[in-house]
Amino acid sequence: MAKVFELENVSKVYENEGKEFEALKDINLSIEEGEIFGIIGMSGAGKSTLVRTLNRLEKVNGGKVKFYGSDLADLKPSELRNVRHSISMIFQGFNLVNQRSVIDNVMQPLRIAKIPRKKRNEIALEMLKVVGLEEKKDAYPARLSGGQRQRVAIARALASNPKVLLCDEATSALDPKITAEILDLLKEINKDRKLTIVIITHEMAVVEKICDRVAIIDDGRLEEVGEVKEVFRNPKSRAARKLVFPSNPFDPSKEESRLIRIVFDGLAASEPFIANLVEKTGKKVNILSANTKSVGGIGYGQMVLELPESVEDQKIITDFFKEGGLSVSEVTRE
Amino acid sequence: MSEYIVEAIRNGIFETLEMTFFSALISYILGLPLGVVLYATAKGRLLENRPVNVILGTVVNILRSLPFLILLVLLIPFTRFVTGSSIGTVASIVPLTVGTIPIVARMVESSLCEVSPGIIEAATAMGASPVYTIIHFILPEATPSLLLGGAINVATVLGYSAMAGVIGGGGLGAIALQYGYYRYEKEVLWTTVTLLVIMVMLIQEAGGFIAKKKRKI
Repeated sequence: MAKVFELENVSKVYENEGKEFEALKDINLSIEEGEIFGIIGMSGAGKSTLVRTLNRLEKVNGGKVKFYGSDLADLKPSELRNVRHSISMIFQGFNLVNQRSVIDNVMQPLRIAKIPRKKRNEIALEMLKVVGLEEKKDAYPARLSGGQRQRVAIARALASNPKVLLCDEATSALDPKITAEILDLLKEINKDRKLTIVIITHEMAVVEKICDRVAIIDDGRLEEVGEVKEVFRNPKSRAARKLVFPSNPFDPSKEESRLIRIVFDGLAASEPFIANLVEKTGKKVNILSANTKSVGGIGYGQMVLELPESVEDQKIITDFFKEGGLSVSEVTRE
Repeated sequence: MSEYIVEAIRNGIFETLEMTFFSALISYILGLPLGVVLYATAKGRLLENRPVNVILGTVVNILRSLPFLILLVLLIPFTRFVTGSSIGTVASIVPLTVGTIPIVARMVESSLCEVSPGIIEAATAMGASPVYTIIHFILPEATPSLLLGGAINVATVLGYSAMAGVIGGGGLGAIALQYGYYRYEKEVLWTTVTLLVIMVMLIQEAGGFIAKKKRKI
């Protein structure tokens, strides 16, 4: 598949009152056509800066950002503006022009692309239909709810028929129900229009719900990239573990106990493996946390377990789980 | 009040309105673009340009710091050059305009600064050029604030126009000065002052009303 974006050794340094701050450190990454790519990190990790290098709202200090093979840094201002018609963006704060009606907002990118007035109106109406807001076309943004405003922003972003949609914390200002609706809409658009979507978020739930692949950013560094399922089952970096492990398991009975996390998918869930463990090996574990999640439409369960003290027992237990096809990873405590 | 004074006041009202209208109009034609340039060339803005910003900013500050009465006198040769005369209603429009331009410019600049940076970022991400962004995103978004600023400016021009009477301009100010002050006719003084107050209030209210009608939030 074609690569939409390729980032090679990208770095970004901000200078503020003589102090330098490295927002991005040597990032290598590629985003493929048609996928929904998540970029997740804590606030201040550099993910907003990273997404802004993709449409060159932020210039990079080192490395290259390539869009379909051409380095954005090589483009003249007018060429860059043309490329930006193919890279739409939606924001946490929606960023609609409040003094303009919904349809005027949606027509704006078409006007920038110099499309004739009649055609503009046609396309804008069609886009409002896609997001389900055609009856609000003459309303003003202030009269709409947050979810509706984000839908207008999505319609506006789609109007220029882009190749990519960048979403900068697009659901962070919305409640869980509306977030789910917006994510469903994005997924639908991704499928119907074969639109590549890049999602910046600090919520693992967003990534689990719609992303195909995810990059984890921590302190300006790319810690891990991979398929969401794989990262969820078997997170390798500390930052990834922090994001996917349950955040508040019960305290273990002993400070120094070894903790493991096991992950099982919907198929394994029909087997009572904890009961099997006790029955077959006679070893016991203490369950500190357990929950289920839907990752990319597949149900997963995870548990954090406290193991007995004896090292042999621990090995018997982890081997038992591994043989049963579950992912087992160590839980390190901070 | 004798009849000719009533007649003079009636004419004065029209002269004041004439001076205010044309001065405000011309000062906006020139001050609005100046304000936009001051805004756009400032640090971190779309068309950042330090030399332009510093030079224009300094000129505006100097003009603004001159008391209007002094400016009136200083501008007499310029006024004569432009209108062929330095007294009368038309002549007063010149210093009034010059005195108002910097105020308009700063007012416009501050209205534009209120526009959320997110909207500008969205425009840039859409591929809008800086000039397009200013015309189609920033100015529309700032319209209610610009209108409110406009009402304040027009009221200021009206106040200034009264001062033009000192150097031979027309209008209610001149009448208040000639009859009310030099001849000490209190009645005339209070009538003209009341009229000026009413006019300022009407302008302010009208501006506020239009701004409110225009505001979509």
